[in-house]
Amino acid sequence: MAMNDSEMVGWFAELGLADRPQVGGKGGSLGELARAGIAVPPGFVVKTAAFERFVESAEKEAPFRALVDSVDADDLAAVTVLSQQLRARVEATPLPSQLAAAIERAYAALNETQQAPVAVRSSATTEDAADASFAGLQDTYLWVQSLEQTLEKVRSCWGSLYSVESITYRRRHRFPERDVAMAVVVQTMVDARTAGVMFTRSPLTGDRSVMAIEGSWGLGSAVVGGEVTPDRWVIGKITGEISVREISNKQICHVPRNEGGIRSVAVDESQRLRACMSDVELEALRLIGRKVERHYGRPQDIEWAVDRHSGAILLLQSRPETVWSSRETAPVGRPAEDPSLHVLKIFGGVNR
Amino acid sequence: MDMPAKAKQFPLPSSLKVVPGTERAQAAYPYYTQFEAADDQRFWFYNSMHFPEPMSAFDMVTAEAAYCALGSANTRVHCLPTTLGIDHRIINGRVYIGGNAVTDPAEIARRLEEFKQRAFYYYANWERLYDQWRDKMMALIHSAQALPTPYLPDLEPLANVHAGRGIAANHTLLDTYQKTLEGYFRMWHHHFEFLLLGYGAYLTFFDFCKKAFPEITDQTIARMVAGIEAEIFRPDDELRRLARCAVALGIDPHFGKQLSATQLIETLRTEGEAGRAWLKELEVSRNPWFNINVGDGFYHYHRAWNDDLSMPFASLPDYIERVKAGETLHRPVEKLLEERKQLIEDYRELLTTEEERAAYDQMIGLAHRVFPYVEGHKFYCEHWYTNLFFNKIREFGALLAEHKFFGDAEDVFQLTHYEVESAIIDLMTAWSNGSLPRGPGHWPKLIAERRAAIREWAKHETPPALGVVPDVIDDPAIVMLWGITRESLDTWLSSGADSDPNELKGFAACRGVAEGTARIVKSVDEISRLQKGDILVCQVTNPTWAPIFGKIAAAVSDIGGSMSHAAIVAREYGLPAVVGTGNGTSRIKDGQRIRVDGGRGIVTILG
Repeated sequence: MAMNDSEMVGWFAELGLADRPQVGGKGGSLGELARAGIAVPPGFVVKTAAFERFVESAEKEAPFRALVDSVDADDLAAVTVLSQQLRARVEATPLPSQLAAAIERAYAALNETQQAPVAVRSSATTEDAADASFAGLQDTYLWVQSLEQTLEKVRSCWGSLYSVESITYRRRHRFPERDVAMAVVVQTMVDARTAGVMFTRSPLTGDRSVMAIEGSWGLGSAVVGGEVTPDRWVIGKITGEISVREISNKQICHVPRNEGGIRSVAVDESQRLRACMSDVELEALRLIGRKVERHYGRPQDIEWAVDRHSGAILLLQSRPETVWSSRETAPVGRPAEDPSLHVLKIFGGVNR
Repeated sequence: MDMPAKAKQFPLPSSLKVVPGTERAQAAYPYYTQFEAADDQRFWFYNSMHFPEPMSAFDMVTAEAAYCALGSANTRVHCLPTTLGIDHRIINGRVYIGGNAVTDPAEIARRLEEFKQRAFYYYANWERLYDQWRDKMMALIHSAQALPTPYLPDLEPLANVHAGRGIAANHTLLDTYQKTLEGYFRMWHHHFEFLLLGYGAYLTFFDFCKKAFPEITDQTIARMVAGIEAEIFRPDDELRRLARCAVALGIDPHFGKQLSATQLIETLRTEGEAGRAWLKELEVSRNPWFNINVGDGFYHYHRAWNDDLSMPFASLPDYIERVKAGETLHRPVEKLLEERKQLIEDYRELLTTEEERAAYDQMIGLAHRVFPYVEGHKFYCEHWYTNLFFNKIREFGALLAEHKFFGDAEDVFQLTHYEVESAIIDLMTAWSNGSLPRGPGHWPKLIAERRAAIREWAKHETPPALGVVPDVIDDPAIVMLWGITRESLDTWLSSGADSDPNELKGFAACRGVAEGTARIVKSVDEISRLQKGDILVCQVTNPTWAPIFGKIAAAVSDIGGSMSHAAIVAREYGLPAVVGTGNGTSRIKDGQRIRVDGGRGIVTILG
């Protein structure tokens, strides 16, 4: 059965959250951001249809999904053996030629102006489960240097769906395997001068009127992985007022490795105590955060980076903030029959 | 605050001694303001916000009249459920105050019912009652203006005799003095008629915002509530208007000549049509808008612009330059209103439920209704009326000086208001009898002694608080008017223990960071020392200082909160400002380089 490219590959600008069944949580979110006019590193998603196609061709040789459906989640040894077996198969099975050609064309289009390293990121989905359930269970490959490597990493991402943790998780939650699919995001790598995270509400108090920004030199993986104490700011979401400004001693940073991947290096002595973001950049980031939050209608947890060469601020990820949102408390006030009654809170005589 | 607060205590009132050698000056203050043994059982704090310097004997009337009126509004008129009035005591010229809380639940319940019938009526009829208030206040101002200048003729004018007037000129002195004093006490009743209710409504909104947005800054809430066209901005607006007039009339070159105000007016008077036209405009501005004094109105030496034109005139050259450079100097009222509206809407949008939004709407609505009073009353009370009052006392001072009671009219302010009356009666009696008054033999020595005492007292730091620290401060009047909470007391108790000697903390009044040379400006006469880019360090900033805000890089004050007028004006000028540092003028030395972080409320001495 022939498929055209757009069934297998989708560009960010064409995608949105509604496409999650086809492009996974990460792909849908990046597409949604791009469509909302937020700058994200350009890229495309190898859709779940491509994965299905691949699994189909694999199933022709031997059963594939059925093996997962029947494994006992509590039998670690069995899961481990199955995992090794399936991952080896995924990585050894060649891509159907039509699919390889579609990815090759997309890769070429992405690198039309210049050959740039890409990030290859797993973006799994199930038919109805939120993608959050898979967070952290799939692989991401940074600084992938060529088409050949990209094709290899796409398969590695698919393979990560069959890691011991992933299989165990799915079996424990009884997700039927036929509903589980994996899309893969391929996007231009940002050579980040500074990167970090942003919460569009206070992580300390849950205050929705401020944003907390943390950032450090180099790639964001150092901040996300907790390998450096980042600079920290608290900014009024509406006023832009910077109420907290903590510049920390940033000793290491993550930078790309020539042969692909990343490495940790010491930060130059003179840069360690320097703020990694200017006030102007923080203001720009605030406006981006507001736009994203408005677009989604709820507080967000965002990963961002500043391009070393262009100085542009790009978003790598945005997902709903979950900690405070899940514990909304009683309203801080209720309308009163007579507005004057509110003043009794100040003048006393009640609630004491 | 992990420091065990109990480990430290404020000194007891009984342990606070009168500075040796000033005992007689201390005794001049009325008996009911002296600390007594029972006061050791209570908590007191130094009202440095209103009375940052030792008060002269006469100026104490500003405390007495104010607390008398504040207390009656709280205790007997509006019946605040949990608090009565505020007692005051004076030692070493410093005013200590203590609240009277209501703690009996039955009494609170009784007062609550009264409060609802009284305060709620005010909230419901605010606009009408406020209109009525303005009429009352203007009538009071007019009656003060109508009081005659105290004067003793050699003989009673024949016309009075023929008219059968039946009272002699000396009686008019007493009559005028008593009316002057009575008017001042009355003014303070008007002052407090709405004030606590206004602050209460504002703080209700403030409290809601702090709960809904725990990290919101005070100044953001202030920006949502602050009025845009309050009377307090008018004096500065008038200066801008006069600058435009000067340019339009082509007389602007005269303002660049470093002439004194008197020389300038004389030059313009003789200059011809254009000069006289400008002087006419000046008169329009002066009445009433130059009836604004250079302080907060609590000291007799905080003179009005009208009494000392050097202050407003000092800013005219700068404004004129800006007009010539093409600026209109109009305050962008529409834009400011639009910004305020947007700010309120943006915060509203962040609330999570419709229920909260409805409550927010009610509270900001109430705050907006009451706030014109909170902002507007000061011009009429602390400025306009207070100027009239002190100037009338000054006229009595001139008369008494003329009769050799003392050397200078200003000496009258070294007498208490009771003593001024006694001196007047002394003079009246002497005039009646054709004998010599006793005052000239009595007052000069006391006045010299009291002046020396004030100089001495000013050299001594006084504790920020006295007596037993309460577990909670829930007196709404104290929290509202002075911003004093258990937390601020803990800070006072621990001050100096682990603080950076080069760092001063205050209220963040207007964000922005600036570095520059500190200029300690203790009085208006020193304003001319400020060079472009300097940082003003003063005890109290006041809207009247606004004209120089265009010139300086930042402002720091000892006194003031985030809602003080200085803070409002600073925000409007986008001038980094930290207010309420407590002791900036004594810790920072003139000429030092300092950094002001107006967003965090921190001043750093750089050296």
